[in-house]
Amino acid sequence: MSSGEVQTAEYLQRRWLNIRKLLERSGPFCHPDFEPSAEILDFTMNSCKILIVGAGGLGCELLKDLALMGFKKIHIIDMDTIELSNLNRQFLFRKNDIGLSKAKCAVEFVNKRVPGCEATAHHCAIQDMDDGFYRQFHIVVCGLDSIVARRWLNGMLASLLQYNDDGSLDQSSVIPLVDGGTEGFKGNARVILPGMSACIECTLDLYPPQITFPLCTIANTPRLPEHCIEYVKVLQWSKENPWGNTIPLDGDDPHHVAWVLEKAQERAMKHGISGVTYRLTQGVLKNIIPAVASTNAVIAAACATEVFKLASSCCVNMNNYMVLNIADGVYTYTFSAERRADCVACSNSTKVMALESDATLQTIYTKLCEDQLFMMKSPGITTIINGRNKTLYMSSIKSIEERTRDNLKKKITDLGLYNGAEILVADVTTPNTITIKLNVIENLDVDMPS
Amino acid sequence: MIKLFSLKQQKKDEEGTARAGGSQKKATAAQLRITKDLNELNLPKTCSTEFPDQDDLLNFKLIICPDEGFYRGGRFVFSFKVGPNYPHEPPKVKCETAVYHPNIDLEGNVCLNILREDWKPVLTVNSIVYGLQYLFLEPNPEDPLNKEAADELQSNRRLFEQHVQRAMRGGYVGSSYFERCLK
Repeated sequence: MSSGEVQTAEYLQRRWLNIRKLLERSGPFCHPDFEPSAEILDFTMNSCKILIVGAGGLGCELLKDLALMGFKKIHIIDMDTIELSNLNRQFLFRKNDIGLSKAKCAVEFVNKRVPGCEATAHHCAIQDMDDGFYRQFHIVVCGLDSIVARRWLNGMLASLLQYNDDGSLDQSSVIPLVDGGTEGFKGNARVILPGMSACIECTLDLYPPQITFPLCTIANTPRLPEHCIEYVKVLQWSKENPWGNTIPLDGDDPHHVAWVLEKAQERAMKHGISGVTYRLTQGVLKNIIPAVASTNAVIAAACATEVFKLASSCCVNMNNYMVLNIADGVYTYTFSAERRADCVACSNSTKVMALESDATLQTIYTKLCEDQLFMMKSPGITTIINGRNKTLYMSSIKSIEERTRDNLKKKITDLGLYNGAEILVADVTTPNTITIKLNVIENLDVDMPS
Repeated sequence: MIKLFSLKQQKKDEEGTARAGGSQKKATAAQLRITKDLNELNLPKTCSTEFPDQDDLLNFKLIICPDEGFYRGGRFVFSFKVGPNYPHEPPKVKCETAVYHPNIDLEGNVCLNILREDWKPVLTVNSIVYGLQYLFLEPNPEDPLNKEAADELQSNRRLFEQHVQRAMRGGYVGSSYFERCLK
């Protein structure tokens, strides 16, 4: 059906018939509080805003799945451009698209292919967008290949949480995060309700560490072709700097890869090791694990289903972490990952400190040590001003103590702090660095301009 | 489970644009964690730190002045670079002082298990400080990075000790030149 064709009421009836069966009828598998209604479809189609993070293997699948489920207000963000090696599984891209933005090409394809879809592309890094951007979405779903990016996004969503005065979570500030990940024949999908269920940072130790070889093995007793490549990458490159001192090794530069290959082969020969190939060299330099299209399809389908459940409340979400292994048959298992009470990202550690406007940093320090709410031993205080970290006072590091001691005498306003500003405080008495919001009360005795 | 959308179905769109920008940037998890690590840094009396920029807690130097063992009297500077994936990944640590040592090569690479294959997020900057200090007290010839030094330590302890002394005073060991690093 071309988008120009008149969409009759009858066609619309038919197009969403199956989804309407889920949303307009009750049933034994529904969520107990589910109230079937025709408005839900209208919400998912016309109001629900979804952000897809990543327009790669998982992202293409997710965009296709969600658009076909009827979601229209989909945004997709990815900083990458299309490469030849993507085309086997990132099916929204064609050979002519090589070099173009992944997000833009994916959106163009899907908007043309799926009638009514109004997807929007953002060709930039997730870090380029601020909290206002992320706050507009009902649900964020991500298909990323980087732990750093996941942690950043998780931290952003956690920072949008708002708490009531009694410390309870304001549930309307929760933006659910559905996270998918794949590696070869293995994958996982999970549902995170920031502040309510286990987040990325709560379960950080579930990520396998990057494979590293002991430095001395690489240097002296190589046994594997990988050892030879690692040797050139870790030790020989910085020693010989073949492209000059300032040029770091770039796994995407074919000249660099060729140089590493040549040196690694020399080393392999010396130690009687075989198997150093161009492909392996590239693999080791870029930590490549071959991507499998069907793994992406399964994981994206699971994620898209969870997004639909969240958006419609028609069914209970998975609780909350699914693992998939299709290397040897099909194996899947779902378990409930638990929150960490002391999670740096999602535990509500923001406290409030009331101060008068002529308070000094010393006032804050004394309050931290003496106030019943804190009772700290030796707090280290930092903050962020205009996007830059600033150390206000830290007594444990001698050189920093000397250089920040004078701050204690300064008024908080002279240090760049203001009403509502947040300071970060680390101390042995708390398991994490905590955030304290300053509540500056105008001093009534002094005539202050408002 | 909560019914998220009965709660916020309405207010989403108005909010999105109205509150964009202007708010204070949030600290990253890596930043929060390193602040905690450093605030609780408990240095042995042979160690000290230097921060070129007190507002940048991610880049600093550790100075070790061993008071016993082969390296007594020397002063060794290590640079620490803490990346955005800390503590999932360890800090990058390099030795900036040329040293004749079985586990440190002439480019400053350090062979310490917790800096690579045995790093775990529960470890802290303090763990690394103790690990590095231990390398000076007990150089380990079994895991050599400077093979010449390691072989020498195993075969001729006296000669090794002399070479360490010569390197610390400033001079050649074999064909490698070492800057003076005595306190």
